[in-house]
Amino acid sequence: MKNFNDGNNDENYEEFTGVAEPTSRTVVVPGEVVASGDDFLAGEGARKEGSNVVASRYGLAEKVGRVVKIIPFSGAFIPRRNNVVIGRVNDIVHSGWIVDIDYAQNGFLPLMESPRFVNKHEMDQFLAIGDVVAAKVWNVSPKGIDLAMKGKGLGKLEGGFVFRVNPSRVPRIIGREGSMINLIKEKTGCNVTIGQNGWVWIKGNDIDSELRTRRAIEFIAEKVLVSGLTEKMEEWFSKNK
Amino acid sequence: MSAMNLSNLTKNTLNKMFALGKRFDGRKLLEQREFTVEYDVSYKAEGSARVKLGKTEVVVGVKLGVGEPYPDSLDSGNLMASGDLLPLASPRFESGPPKYNSLELTRLVERAIRESHVIDLKKLVIKEGEKVWTVMIDIYPINDDGALIDAASIAAMAALMQTHFPEIDKDGKIDYDKKTTKKLPLLENTIPLSLTFYKLGDSLVVDPTREEEEAADGKIVWGISHYKGKEHMIHSAQKGMDAHLSTDDITEMMKNLPKLYDDTLKKLKKFLK
Repeated sequence: MKNFNDGNNDENYEEFTGVAEPTSRTVVVPGEVVASGDDFLAGEGARKEGSNVVASRYGLAEKVGRVVKIIPFSGAFIPRRNNVVIGRVNDIVHSGWIVDIDYAQNGFLPLMESPRFVNKHEMDQFLAIGDVVAAKVWNVSPKGIDLAMKGKGLGKLEGGFVFRVNPSRVPRIIGREGSMINLIKEKTGCNVTIGQNGWVWIKGNDIDSELRTRRAIEFIAEKVLVSGLTEKMEEWFSKNK
Repeated sequence: MSAMNLSNLTKNTLNKMFALGKRFDGRKLLEQREFTVEYDVSYKAEGSARVKLGKTEVVVGVKLGVGEPYPDSLDSGNLMASGDLLPLASPRFESGPPKYNSLELTRLVERAIRESHVIDLKKLVIKEGEKVWTVMIDIYPINDDGALIDAASIAAMAALMQTHFPEIDKDGKIDYDKKTTKKLPLLENTIPLSLTFYKLGDSLVVDPTREEEEAADGKIVWGISHYKGKEHMIHSAQKGMDAHLSTDDITEMMKNLPKLYDDTLKKLKKFLK
């Protein structure tokens, strides 16, 4: 079975040591001094100016250990190496598939990434135009974005449906070390894969539980400013049976 | 919505869901979203309205001008609708010459209004054969989350009902800064609206969201009103997209159309001034 992929975790929580608890989150605007002193390092969405850590984005500032990072409220998806993305096959070319990953550039999935042998003349037997894949960003270069499909939870997605949330909400939906997404999976019994590009794939045993999962995820995506969201979600699940 | 095209997965699931009578937002298949109407959104227009139907948002402005009548209708005023699908409304829309969908939007809104004869064009004559009023309906989609045509027709009617003539002197010069209390001559109790049925698989839906609209195979846009406050009357119809529609589909639509129209009208009447 396809399971929650590890790619989501190491992208967002590589700096999380598991020892330091995050301090409370505060709303910051670009240019605001979030922390001062040489004890702090600038994480994503922040920069160092002298000894101050200054916000570059509008969002929630979070201190995890020494690192100050900002979870932006909005913004486009920018692919990085090892991001898990959900894309749609847009075209088939002689050496692979062109995959729309909801970025200015398409991704390229080489034929070699197919888990089984694919006849060069019948590539649509494996992935046809309009099919959806979960893939990992292998390389980002000016020439293009290369995708890979070897890994746990990656591959062609079959059954269920995909929908989009704001990509900047993806870390919240996954939660600290996957706490939120595990809660959702546990409560609904659905399989969920979240791409860093904001596309979410849901597959469950029946349509009702899939719809409930989608509502839960959209509920989280709306609530950016709420703290203690995991507890709120437990409440939500008891209310929305 | 983003620019990624609809996937086979979602289309198949929607097909199955519709067969079970379910939708992503929990509505029934023939249930419309709630909408709100705001007036006087444009300072320059003679009448304007903004309609928010779910996340779909349309602004319509009505502008009155003076012009020559068309040679084939010397005794009546002119009516025209224009507009374009602005790139601001959806990542699907590009700027450039109007394409099929944008022409369809303006044309269907105009046709529903024109063919219902709600605007008494004969009363718009200033000097027969020489000078008549021209009613220009400008449609600006602000956000597209499906059912743009339906939302635009609601906005167009709301704006028309708010339209006041500007002041005009003997030479026919218009002073747009001075509005009179004279309203546009509209037929009483006739409010034409367009209602669109979409078909996916064997199911019919109304008021789709963006993703549902993209999944659909066929549609018919109906222009319907309570003509002069009496029976329901269909003024216009246009079939769109590829799928075939059966007699049963049309029968089903005819069964539900009056009720859907009445519901929409009831909601609209709450906002009428």
